[in-house]
Amino acid sequence: MLLLLLAISVLFLAGVAALVAPSAPRWGTIVGAGGAVAGCLAGLIPAVTILLGRPASSFQVAWDVPYGTFFVELDALSAFFLLPVFGLSALAAIYGAEYMRTGRDSGAQAASWFFFNILVASMALVVIARNGILFLVAWEVMALSSFFLVTLDDKERSVRDAGWTYLVASHLGTAFLLVLFILLGRDSGSLDFDQFAPGSSVSLLFILAVIGFGTKAGFVPFHVWLPEAHPAAPSHVSAVMSGVMIKMGIYGLLRTVILLGSLPRWCGWLLIAVGVSSGVLGVLFALAQHDLKRLLAYHSVENIGIIALGLGLGLVGITVGSSSLAVLGFAGGLLHVLNHAVFKGLLFLGAGAVLHGTDTREIDELGGLLKRMPWTGLAFLTGAVAISGLPPLNGFVSEFLIYLGAFGGLSSLETSAAVPALAVIAALALIGGLATACFTKAFGVVFLGTSRGDHGARAHEPGLAMQLPMQFLAAGCVLMSLLSPILVPGLSPVVRDVSGLSVDAVSAEIKQGARALWGANACALGLCALVAILFGLRRRLLSNRKVVDGVTWDCGYGEPSPKMQYTASSFAQPLTDLFQLVLRARRNVSPVRGFFPRAASFETETPDVCRDRLYEPIFHGIGRGLSAFRWLQHGQVQLYVLYIAVTLLVLLVWKLGET
Amino acid sequence: MNLAPALHGALALALAPLLLGVVSRTKAFVAGRIGQPLLQPYHDLRKLLRKGAVYSRTTTWVFRLGPVVGLAGLLAATTLVPFAGSRALWAFQGDFVLLVYLLGLARFFTVVAALDTGSSFEGMGASREVTFAVLVEPALLVGLAALARMTGSLSLSTMLSGVTVEAWKAAAPALALLAATFLAVFVAENGRIPVDDPTTHLELTMIHEVMVLDHGGVDLAFILYGAALKLWLLGALLVGIAVPLRCGHLWLDGAAAIAGMVALAVLTGLIESSMARLRLIHVPQLLVGAGVLSVLALILSLR
Repeated sequence: MLLLLLAISVLFLAGVAALVAPSAPRWGTIVGAGGAVAGCLAGLIPAVTILLGRPASSFQVAWDVPYGTFFVELDALSAFFLLPVFGLSALAAIYGAEYMRTGRDSGAQAASWFFFNILVASMALVVIARNGILFLVAWEVMALSSFFLVTLDDKERSVRDAGWTYLVASHLGTAFLLVLFILLGRDSGSLDFDQFAPGSSVSLLFILAVIGFGTKAGFVPFHVWLPEAHPAAPSHVSAVMSGVMIKMGIYGLLRTVILLGSLPRWCGWLLIAVGVSSGVLGVLFALAQHDLKRLLAYHSVENIGIIALGLGLGLVGITVGSSSLAVLGFAGGLLHVLNHAVFKGLLFLGAGAVLHGTDTREIDELGGLLKRMPWTGLAFLTGAVAISGLPPLNGFVSEFLIYLGAFGGLSSLETSAAVPALAVIAALALIGGLATACFTKAFGVVFLGTSRGDHGARAHEPGLAMQLPMQFLAAGCVLMSLLSPILVPGLSPVVRDVSGLSVDAVSAEIKQGARALWGANACALGLCALVAILFGLRRRLLSNRKVVDGVTWDCGYGEPSPKMQYTASSFAQPLTDLFQLVLRARRNVSPVRGFFPRAASFETETPDVCRDRLYEPIFHGIGRGLSAFRWLQHGQVQLYVLYIAVTLLVLLVWKLGET
Repeated sequence: MNLAPALHGALALALAPLLLGVVSRTKAFVAGRIGQPLLQPYHDLRKLLRKGAVYSRTTTWVFRLGPVVGLAGLLAATTLVPFAGSRALWAFQGDFVLLVYLLGLARFFTVVAALDTGSSFEGMGASREVTFAVLVEPALLVGLAALARMTGSLSLSTMLSGVTVEAWKAAAPALALLAATFLAVFVAENGRIPVDDPTTHLELTMIHEVMVLDHGGVDLAFILYGAALKLWLLGALLVGIAVPLRCGHLWLDGAAAIAGMVALAVLTGLIESSMARLRLIHVPQLLVGAGVLSVLALILSLR
């Protein structure tokens, strides 16, 4: 516990030091990034020891803030979420040390390190806070520090808009959390978590948590800020926001589930419904994007959906009394939290390297980068296979656990529990196919073929500080899959906390899951061996034969140009057409006309359907309604003071009248 | 030790290309031609394995890796599919999920290898391949879910050995719907008429064949052999459901299953001879139809 608090202070102090460091930009970076890495490494130690079986430890002192004490605790669930917080942030800090050097003045760099370190420290504090006020303060600091990171390049209009959307969405979500904590602490008069009494309004509290924490996690339809804010931030910050920060929403939801105790059956159904809509809509909108980072941001919505599917299955399992459904669902969802941090972090860092090397995020301008950026390309391909949930990488492992739980529930339980399991299976299958389509598109169009614009000509590999974190995460994708049968039993204390099942029940079911993973892993190892053997065979067969270079077969047309290649938009077109009902993509076409056509153009744009059809009408309505009160607001400070005085007077009279 | 799984594995490796020969021979017979010899696919493979290679300057190692991962994925998948009612070579809880995702892995690498050429034709094929896969995968997994529900088991080996004559008597409608689903999946995944036409790659209707337009020699041999294996393993799944004749005798059961596979190949040939390719915009309707059938089968099994 002490080491953890020390680590958080190191992060905080390093952030402040980066801000006040001498104006030579080097110093800000060294202090900021170095402090972040040191703090993260120190913080990882207590987290790992707790997960290895040390009992939970807590720290509680009285403070001047009303309603409770300064109360922090490190238990298995907190320790589990600290792994991505510290692990990915340390790698992102190393990456950022090089990434931030180009194109920004030293003031912006120093500010970025200040907010980055504050962000990491506040996330760690969110996870260990056990007092409502402490939690909300940390939550707010997390939101604000990430807001300032999103708006770092605030000279661009799109970045300012994104920051504004993020700020509004974030605070609307927090408003629900405020109500949640007040209701939880109403009976005992204390906001310490161990004093909370859910009382009779469990359903209301659960819905408040789903909305409040779901806004941060990016559940559809509360996700609208996510595809705006994540692309606008610098890439290493996008990696942390997408890989870790949105998981704070998942953490909050799980913590609430623990605090609420037993939940009615529809809660699991609700989470599964949220998971299906987030997963499917997230990947569909990702498919329609042609901005690389925006595509990745929508994929975070999809992966949050997969996590929600697992957790929802777990909740259903508890209410129907099936420990296998509960344990495999929770374990799969939790493992996906970790896996997603690894491969989404990797993909955002890879996208950052592409942006760094080519100055564009527009997929349709790129192509053929694998030749100029072989290592980045290899890492990105690893991440792409992992996020598509394909063996032998880690994305498959967590989806496999969720599948296993769902199939087990389907084949053994009565109809009412089998239907949600069926929904999970069908949704995961659809998401898997769409994710493959999306990432063959992203990798294929960006890294393969030939360059479609002139950006590719300047492309170059980033330096070692950016390269190493990517390769480390790529290795993580492989290792977390190969070692999964050993890692999954490590989840049992976390699953036990969340599900409330007994030690024996959890470990028995986890053992089942691990045994199935051994089976899958043996096959995956066989697959790797087969790839090696076949590659060797191919090389041997071709070793003393004629192997010549040529041009791509052009079907008789002698002048193929890079512009004729399939683009991201054309690759996804059959699928976006198929799902046009949901996506509502807009097309601007000036078609080819006449025998001697002049200029023709084609452009597609897929705005977020929730933003356009749900929030815009609501916010416009509110705006119109409130404009009736505009006469109150005229910029004269004296009158404003008068308003305040009158209000106070009215309140005073009202209160006096009561007594 | 039970040798049946190993024997069946060897059988799959040896006989898979024969199915391609049977299909084309059937089509020739219906069309009134003599057709190519039954063993022509083996000759093709031998010829291709002895050739050199031409690689486009546009391509990278991804292009060379594509056929290798494709074949390796299908070989690994073959070990998971049981044959003739016995155990598969490698069986565990949830093995069918791995099977579906191994097919997905093979597809992923075939698609990126196609995109590596920078050819608009291959891009077109790749785009269509992933589009139809999006619809096939849910149909296949929901179908397997129905089978898991009916047999109460989570491993392909016990799931397929649970489909017996008695099971058919008890739940004929659900099993018939499942067989129809798996037939549609078989046709779509193997790029057969009415979804795709394996004999052409120069029309605007192409899907699978056009993705491998630039591969030649050893690489193409790997792809062809992989296609034959895919035909075999999805066929074995379908035959396992549709031909539940089992007496427990290794050779008799094996002979019945092989007869079923040959009959399936003949059926494929007959379908290919009797109907034209669907227009591309109608293919999703067929595949969604297959998905609906699998959901119906599941609902029947939920009673």
